[in-house]
Amino acid sequence: MSERSLLSPTGVDIAFTLLGLVAVAAALMVVTTKQIVHAALWLVVSLGAVAGCYLVLTAEFVAWMQVLIYLGAVVVLLLFGMMLTRAPIGPSEELTGANRVVSLFAALAITAVLGVLIVDAFATTMIDIDGQKSTASVMGASLFRYWVLPFEALSVLLLSALVGAIALSQSDEEA
Amino acid sequence: MHLSLPLLLSVSLFGIGVYGLLVRRNAILILMSVELMLNGVNVSLVAFDVYWADVLHAGQSMVIFVITIAAAEIGLGLAILLLLFRARRTIAIDEATELHEEAS
Repeated sequence: MSERSLLSPTGVDIAFTLLGLVAVAAALMVVTTKQIVHAALWLVVSLGAVAGCYLVLTAEFVAWMQVLIYLGAVVVLLLFGMMLTRAPIGPSEELTGANRVVSLFAALAITAVLGVLIVDAFATTMIDIDGQKSTASVMGASLFRYWVLPFEALSVLLLSALVGAIALSQSDEEA
Repeated sequence: MHLSLPLLLSVSLFGIGVYGLLVRRNAILILMSVELMLNGVNVSLVAFDVYWADVLHAGQSMVIFVITIAAAEIGLGLAILLLLFRARRTIAIDEATELHEEAS
């Protein structure tokens, strides 16, 4: 199993690669498109493809959390934000700043360094995907048995974020 | 399957997020780029969790925590952006320069 060469892809490899290519292409559209609403919709495609990647990696609970929270809530919130801030409908050159070359250089440098590091370190490492047990029940047991304290802390954090958002969005006359 | 595939996806998403973070002016698009970067990190966390076959499922649990914190971040970030828009009528971040030191 671990001795298989790099150039003999299995079906899982192919499925993951296709989903990953969709995710990367949609992410590129998010950062380059000239229409702000299209950026949000491409973000849906990208995050959905990443959820598919989680399914291929047998992390089904995380995948459905991704669909529910990111695709369901975060993107809708972003679209609401666009509407409330009178985002330009149609193509706009205002969305991108002037430092495109520097940004491209920085992003390419980070990607190249991390990519070379990862290929160097893990080129021949294989994941044993068949023996995995991370269904929703396993994840739930793990969350509430071992990670219950951070989980409760997170619920307090969400509550404080909620209160903070309400406090911030009250207008001055009422406050 | 190869461990390097999810890690390369993770690195690509992170790099694309960095590019969007640096190049965009509209603050909502910057929030989207941050989401892309967080997703890149999440992919690598899930990949390593599956690779180690962790009994505690630390990686996947942390991904759930990251998703939750990202949701809270988006909520608060949009509230702050709405305040900025109410004060300035724009959310282009390079026009919010009041905290900038005067050029001498």
